[in-house]
Amino acid sequence: MKKIFAMGLFACMAFLLSCGGGGDKSSNNEASSGEAPKSMVADASSYDPKRGEGKFDADNLKIEATLNAEMAASGEKIQGTKCASCHKTTEEKLVGPGWKGVTTRRTPQWIMNFITNPDPMIDKDPEVQAQLEICLVRMPNQSLTDDDARHILEFMRKNDGLK
Amino acid sequence: MKTILKQSLLAVMLLSGWYACKPNNAGNASSGDASKAYVAPGKYDEFYNFVSGGFSGQMSVYGLPSGRLLRVIPVFSVDPEKGYGYSEETKPMLNTSHGFVPWDDLHHTELSQTNGEINGKWIFANANNTPRVARVDLKTFRTAEILELPNSGGNHSSPFGTENSEYIVAGTRFSVPPDNSNGDVPISSYKQNFKGHISFISVNPESGAMDLAFQIKTPGINFDLARCGRAKSHGWFFFSCYNTEQANTLLEVNASQKDKDFIMAVNWKKAEEYLKAGKGQKMPAKYAHNTYSDVTHSATSEMKTEVVVLDASVLKDICYFIPCPKSPHGCDVDPSGEFIVGSGKLAAIIPVFSFDKIQSAIAAKSYDGEYEGIPVIKYEAALYGEVKKPGLGPLHTEFDGKGNAYTSFFVSSEVVKWNIKDLKVVDRAATYYSVGHLCIPGGNTRKPSPKYLIAYNKITKDRYLPTGPELSQSAQLYDISGDKMQMILDFPTIGEPHYAQAAPADVIRNNGQLKIFKIGENKHPYFADGEAKSKVVREGNKVHVYMTAIRSHFAPDNIEGIRMGDEVYFHVTNLEQDWDVPHGFAIKGADNAELLIMPGETQTLKWVPNRVGMFPMYCTDFCSALHQEMQGYVRVSPAGSSTPLSYSVGKTAPSDSIKSK
Repeated sequence: MKKIFAMGLFACMAFLLSCGGGGDKSSNNEASSGEAPKSMVADASSYDPKRGEGKFDADNLKIEATLNAEMAASGEKIQGTKCASCHKTTEEKLVGPGWKGVTTRRTPQWIMNFITNPDPMIDKDPEVQAQLEICLVRMPNQSLTDDDARHILEFMRKNDGLK
Repeated sequence: MKTILKQSLLAVMLLSGWYACKPNNAGNASSGDASKAYVAPGKYDEFYNFVSGGFSGQMSVYGLPSGRLLRVIPVFSVDPEKGYGYSEETKPMLNTSHGFVPWDDLHHTELSQTNGEINGKWIFANANNTPRVARVDLKTFRTAEILELPNSGGNHSSPFGTENSEYIVAGTRFSVPPDNSNGDVPISSYKQNFKGHISFISVNPESGAMDLAFQIKTPGINFDLARCGRAKSHGWFFFSCYNTEQANTLLEVNASQKDKDFIMAVNWKKAEEYLKAGKGQKMPAKYAHNTYSDVTHSATSEMKTEVVVLDASVLKDICYFIPCPKSPHGCDVDPSGEFIVGSGKLAAIIPVFSFDKIQSAIAAKSYDGEYEGIPVIKYEAALYGEVKKPGLGPLHTEFDGKGNAYTSFFVSSEVVKWNIKDLKVVDRAATYYSVGHLCIPGGNTRKPSPKYLIAYNKITKDRYLPTGPELSQSAQLYDISGDKMQMILDFPTIGEPHYAQAAPADVIRNNGQLKIFKIGENKHPYFADGEAKSKVVREGNKVHVYMTAIRSHFAPDNIEGIRMGDEVYFHVTNLEQDWDVPHGFAIKGADNAELLIMPGETQTLKWVPNRVGMFPMYCTDFCSALHQEMQGYVRVSPAGSSTPLSYSVGKTAPSDSIKSK
C-alpha cells in the first residue's frame, strides 16, 4: 500500500513538473534554486546512542590510554573561548551540564560527534532530549574543527583525572 | 490495492490539473497570475533583487518572483535596528568632509561584473545628497566601504560601472564651483564659475577597495544617468546631460528651452592614456574614505586631500557631445554594445544611437561645432533611428538579450517593449502608477536573464490597503518569457525605489556567503576571548566593559562602581559560532540605539548615565528559551562616590574582583 501511494505521489510530481509554466523553467513547483529547510523532526530508528551521529566512530577515532598533555592544553584554551560560558569543569550545571565525569558517561566518539554535530543529535538522542528538558537551551554548534574537538576531548579526559 | 492506485492517481490528476495547468489567458493579465510568482514555504526565490531605498538611504533586498523582503542593508543612513551608525565601530562609516552625516538619498545600485556579466562579489550604491559611493560586500550583505566625492553636488549619475568593474563612475547632477575655488560667488555667475565633474572610481578586482582614480572636468551642465559601453564599445561611457541652457533658477522652464540637450560619450581608455602621460592636474580637495574591517570589526575614516583632474575642454579627444532631444534622462546601452538609447523626458520619440556611427562621425569630424570647447557630433551622424510615438515621458530602458528593449513611460504609466533592430513597438503593459526605473535581471549586462521585468513606481495611490496620508511604495513584476508582458505580482517596497538590479540566486548564494565571523580571527582591540577574559577596566572617567554574550547570559551581568560623569563603553563579544544566533544589547536611558552583534563579532555601545540609580540591561534579539533571563544590572553612584568598581557573573555578592588602572 505504501509503495503504491508513493508511486502515485511520484506520478503527481512528474505531472506537476511537466505542466509547470509553459516550457520555460517554472518558478513555483520546481524548487527554484531552493532547498527545503532541514526537518526538526528526526528519524530515530537508525540512531546509535553509543556512537551518536556524525563522522566519528570507533574505527576512525584512535584514543591512547594515556593523556596527551599538549592536546589537552590546546583543548583547555578552546573551551575557554567556546564552551566555558555554559559548562563548568565541575559537576555543577550552569547553562549546560558540568563536565566532570563526562568521559566515563559517554564514549569518545559520542562526545566528538555531539560537539561537532549537535543539532541532529539533539533531535535524536533520548538522553540529550531529556537533558534539553532540564536545560531548555539547545547546545549551539560552535563551529569546531576536527582537531578542536579532539583537543577538547583530551582536556575532558584530563579534567576527569587521566594522567 | 488497485482501487487505491486509481484513487491516488485521480487525486493526483485533479490536484496537478488545478494547480499546475491553470490556463493563462489574457483575462487574468490585469488581475495577475499569482501562481507564477508563488514560491512555496521553505523554497527559495530564483533571483535576488537589490533595490535602491531612495530617501531612506538604505538598500533593500527582495526575492523574485515572490517579492518577499529578505533584508534591508543600511548604507547611507543610520539604522537603530542594527546599531549601524550608532555603535562606535560603525560611526566612522558615515563620516564626511562635512562631519558625521546620518542620512542620504540612495538612488541606484550596480552589481560588480566580470567580462560584462554579474560576478556576485559586490554591489555599489550612490548617495545623492552628500556625494558618496558605497560598496556593499555580498558575502556579508553589509556596507564595506564609502568614498566621498569632491567637486560634486547631487551625485545622481552614479554608481554605474564598466564591464570588469574597472571603474564605477559618478557624474555630478549639480554643477558647482570646484571645491578648491572660491564658492562665495553670485549664483547668477553660473556660466563663468560653475563646472561639472565626472568621477572615475577604480575598484581593486581582488579586495574591491575603491580609489578616486581621476575626475573629468566638463562645462557647467547637469549630468543625469550613465551606462558603460560593453563588448565592442568597451572603453567608452555614455552620460545623459540636461540644462545645457545653463540655467540656475526655475529649471523646469529654463532648462527646457532647447530642442536638444546631450548625451556625452567619454573615451575613458583615452583618459587613462592622458593620465599616464601626466596630463592630469593634482587639485587640492577634501573627501572622506571610510572602510570597514571584518577582522577588527571596526571602520576607519581617512580624509583625502588631493584629486587628479583631466580638463575635457583642453584634452580634446576624451569627451564628445551627441545631441539628444528634450532633457534626456535614461541613457542605456544594449547587450551588444552597439545601441545607445536616449530617453528625452519631454520627447515624443526615443532616439537610438549607433556606436559604429559615432566612431565614424568622430573619424570624419562630422561636428556641429563645439559646446564650451567640446565637439558636438551631428545628430544624424550618430543616429541609428528613432522609435516613433512610443508613449509619453520615456525614462529608462532595459534589455532582454533577445533583441528587445523595454522602456518605462512616466507620464503614460506603461512599459513599452520594442524591437531594437526595426524600432517597432511590439507590446505595452500598464503600470500602477507613474513608473520610474525598470529592472530585468542582468538587464545592463552582456547576458540578461529575461524571465522577469520589475517596474518601480513613483505613485502608489489605491494599490494596497490605505495607511493614512503616507503609503508604501509600489513595484510590479511582469513575466516577460512570452511574447506578451504579463503582470504576475504587485508588491510594496520601502521608500523610495529608484533603480534596482537583480541577479540569479546561485550567483550570490554560492559566492562564499559568510555565516559567522570566526572568533579565532577576531582582532577587535576590546575583544574578550571567552568568558574568563571578561572584565571591567577604568581609565579615568572612561570605563571599558569587556563583555561576552552567549545563550543566555552576559558576562559580567552585574556591574557596580560606575559614577556620574563616567563614559561607559560596552564592548560586547558574541561568543556564539553558529549561524543566525545574533545577540542584542540595550541599556536603559541610552541616547543612541541598541547593538546587534553577530556570532564572533565585537561591537561597542557608548553610554553616559545621566542619573544615579539602577540601570537594567538586556539582550534584545530573542536568542533562546531563556532569552528573557538574559539580563543584568549596572549600578550608578554619585560623582566621587567611594563605591568600588566591581563586576561579576554568577555571584550575588561581588567583592573580590575589583580592577582599575
